[in-house]
Amino acid sequence: MTDKYTQFVSHGIGKDLAKKLGLPQPAVLRRYKAGEPLVPGPVLVLGSGNGRTAGSDELAAALVGWGLDVRRSALPKEKLGAIILVLDAVEHPEELAGPVLTAAPSLRDLAPGARVVTISRTSASAANPAVAAGRQGVDGLLRSLAKELRAGATANGVLLGDGAGTTSPSTLGALRFFLSGRAAFVDGQFLTVTSGAGQLPADADKPLAGKVAVVTGAARGIGAAIARTLHRDGARLVVVDIPAAGDHLAAVANEVHGTALQLDITSEDAGKRIIDHAVERHGGLDIVIHNAGITRDKLLANMDEGRWNSVIGVNIASQLRINEALLGSDQLNKTPRIVSVASTSGIAGNRGQTNYAASKGGVIGMVRATAPLLAERGGSINAVAPGFIETDMTARIPFATREVARRLNSLQQGGLPGDVAEAIAFLASDAAAGITGEVLRVCGQNLVGA
Amino acid sequence: MPAAAHSASAPHESPVTQGTFRRAVVVGGNRIPFARTGGAYTKSSNQDMLTAALDGLIARFGLQEERIGEVAAGAVLKHSRDFNLTREAVLGSALSAETPAYDLQQACATGLETVLGLANKIKLGQIDSAIAGGVDSASDAPIAVSEGLREVLLDLNRAKSLPERLKVLSRLRPKDLAPDAPNTGEPRTGLSMGEHQALTTAQWKISREAQDEIAFNSHHNLAAAYERGFFDDLVTPYRGLSRDSNLRPDTSMEKLATLKPVFGKSLGAEATMTAGNSTPLTDGASTVLLGTEEWADARGLPKLAVVVDGEAAAVDFVHGKDGLLMAPAFAVPRLLARNGLSFEDIDFFEIHEAFAGTVLSTLAAWEDEEFGRTRLGLDGAFGKIDRAKLNVNGSSLAAGHPFAATGGRIVASLAKMLHDNGPVDGRPARGLISICAAGGQGVVAILEAYSAPEGR
Repeated sequence: MTDKYTQFVSHGIGKDLAKKLGLPQPAVLRRYKAGEPLVPGPVLVLGSGNGRTAGSDELAAALVGWGLDVRRSALPKEKLGAIILVLDAVEHPEELAGPVLTAAPSLRDLAPGARVVTISRTSASAANPAVAAGRQGVDGLLRSLAKELRAGATANGVLLGDGAGTTSPSTLGALRFFLSGRAAFVDGQFLTVTSGAGQLPADADKPLAGKVAVVTGAARGIGAAIARTLHRDGARLVVVDIPAAGDHLAAVANEVHGTALQLDITSEDAGKRIIDHAVERHGGLDIVIHNAGITRDKLLANMDEGRWNSVIGVNIASQLRINEALLGSDQLNKTPRIVSVASTSGIAGNRGQTNYAASKGGVIGMVRATAPLLAERGGSINAVAPGFIETDMTARIPFATREVARRLNSLQQGGLPGDVAEAIAFLASDAAAGITGEVLRVCGQNLVGA
Repeated sequence: MPAAAHSASAPHESPVTQGTFRRAVVVGGNRIPFARTGGAYTKSSNQDMLTAALDGLIARFGLQEERIGEVAAGAVLKHSRDFNLTREAVLGSALSAETPAYDLQQACATGLETVLGLANKIKLGQIDSAIAGGVDSASDAPIAVSEGLREVLLDLNRAKSLPERLKVLSRLRPKDLAPDAPNTGEPRTGLSMGEHQALTTAQWKISREAQDEIAFNSHHNLAAAYERGFFDDLVTPYRGLSRDSNLRPDTSMEKLATLKPVFGKSLGAEATMTAGNSTPLTDGASTVLLGTEEWADARGLPKLAVVVDGEAAAVDFVHGKDGLLMAPAFAVPRLLARNGLSFEDIDFFEIHEAFAGTVLSTLAAWEDEEFGRTRLGLDGAFGKIDRAKLNVNGSSLAAGHPFAATGGRIVASLAKMLHDNGPVDGRPARGLISICAAGGQGVVAILEAYSAPEGR
């Protein structure tokens, strides 16, 4: 459900009124529905130079293989579903002009909910200053372009590290994610692919078929949405929450045909109990989603020990302890995947949330440092940082503050719990195996933060 | 010889004890917290609560859309419209709609009897899985119209003409309009259960202090069990409650001693039964998941305990031969004898605390030489139990007692205790359940920790 304002200004009298008064006109976002086309029209694929590079040719061929209607040059007045700028061969900032200016006129022909995706190399992997400048230029370009798009269209980028190419499984996986309705509330963001690991799912609608996934904090809100999305994508679920939330947890478990585990994740043996439950009941464990989190907001000047310690304890210390148990276990299935819920507060800070932001910053640090440890067994770990999401928690924010908070992003609306869940489901899939140690923001390109 | 009817000294070989049948395994259980009547569940019907308990069980064990062999449950205080209470609860749950169900009613023994009946069906090979349960609401109790009004209404329905109808209606008297509320009184004696127990308590000379101590232990044991997370996989919160609302973790012997007697007041100084050492009216529901070993293994489900055997007994309380709630005093000796066991072989005693006096009167009878000789047909007293093994995680005085839900509460908790305990002297841990019931009845059972059969 989009918020009431967005519904009001989307059609009829509300639409006219908003236009005349210059009010924000958030679009109803294009979200994933099984069976709907990946993009709302033909896909224009442009490489650097004269528009044709080896990388862009390979990619275009792959997209044709997906059954997409691929263009290598724009047709006049044709509504496009997506524009993909393949910039992996760029070695100087001057080389950006070709593809960018070729694509420019087509921006007016984007269908509602269209996508622009850049594919370029990380600047960190360049030793030459001109090469690094060209590559880093894509960053500024993409983030600015994302702010110019309207009607629910978004712009995101895939960055290739040394070990990845334009048709590596995770490059295609990330591209497919960004193009799809699954990434509706992801805007102005990059995902870095560092290896050629991973594989695209046999069935694009069931990318998690056969996987066993654990979701903590699953009784309500974002956690319940994660459980539903992973179930939809084919995973078998263990849903975890504190015993006091057991009634809501049971309802979620019954909805997603999973098992409910009433457990305080801060208990010493939480990791072992999670692993035992998954192995005994479901025969293994592939995916762990650290979603459980609490807020105990106070200005630091008024902070007490209880508020500080409980937030650190639940939001990051428990994850560290559970991960230790996971890393030390020989009962996990091959290629384990962990996804943690961070927060834009942990990146950009938030008044009254020093404890929460410290815990969520901690999650990001933990994810980066855990990535190499999991790589040894073919696993990956990433974080998703939600911005303003419409939940019971944000519904309690005073009206005016809430209204400002939810409009302060490029899509001029709050995200839905399902939007966060989609990003998590993607990072938990084997298509994302080449992506690890990353933080993906699901914030509609919030104006604050990175 | 009347005593022969209760004789516990005549062992016979039963297929149940000889292990000829398949084993019925307790996989686990789920209940909602029990709430004092008029509290959190005031607006909840029996069907609401039983469905909630079922759904929590289904969620815990991943039984969504599963066709269970059979579900049996019941309620003591039951509306006539709830003639298919259990089946309706199944239809409202996440189980497959193709799961059959039946209602059972044996007063406070209802819950345990559903476990025994279904376990027997599993042992016989009729079903591979089952859910036993019980529910009761004293808040949402049925209220009937008076006999006078009921007769008039039925005759009115049969009357064919207006004059006939008016004639029938003219029979109505103001007193007929008073509703007929349910009570826990015994129909044949007119005495409430508490008044009956007060007589028994006095007969066995049970002291006030001994009763208060039972209550004190019940509250403290139950509170400690909650604190260490024992109920994390046995209880699912409901309507804002996550623990039994009757539980008083901070109660003390001093506080209990201040309460005034509420039953047996006619006994004067001998009145010892207070609101503290008697269970309050309670609302709640419980369920137990049973299955064969193979059924549990195929689903990766736990096997906590085995339902070994059960026994029912009844006493002639109407003519005052025995106390109303004393039937377990006869059922337990018979059950243990049939299984070749004595109190020494039992590691956990779960004796339902209808009243602290009931527990103590039963124990006193077993310790009494005269009772052993004349009523049980033994050479002397039946035996004395180790009090350290009695209701170690609390019982009805603390948790409350929604009549038909108590059996399920005890079976699931005991199965977990037996499983967690590990073997005793190289044999699986063993537990005894004893539940007294209205009508002078009692049902008792033996559970044993699950251990894989030899050769597996």
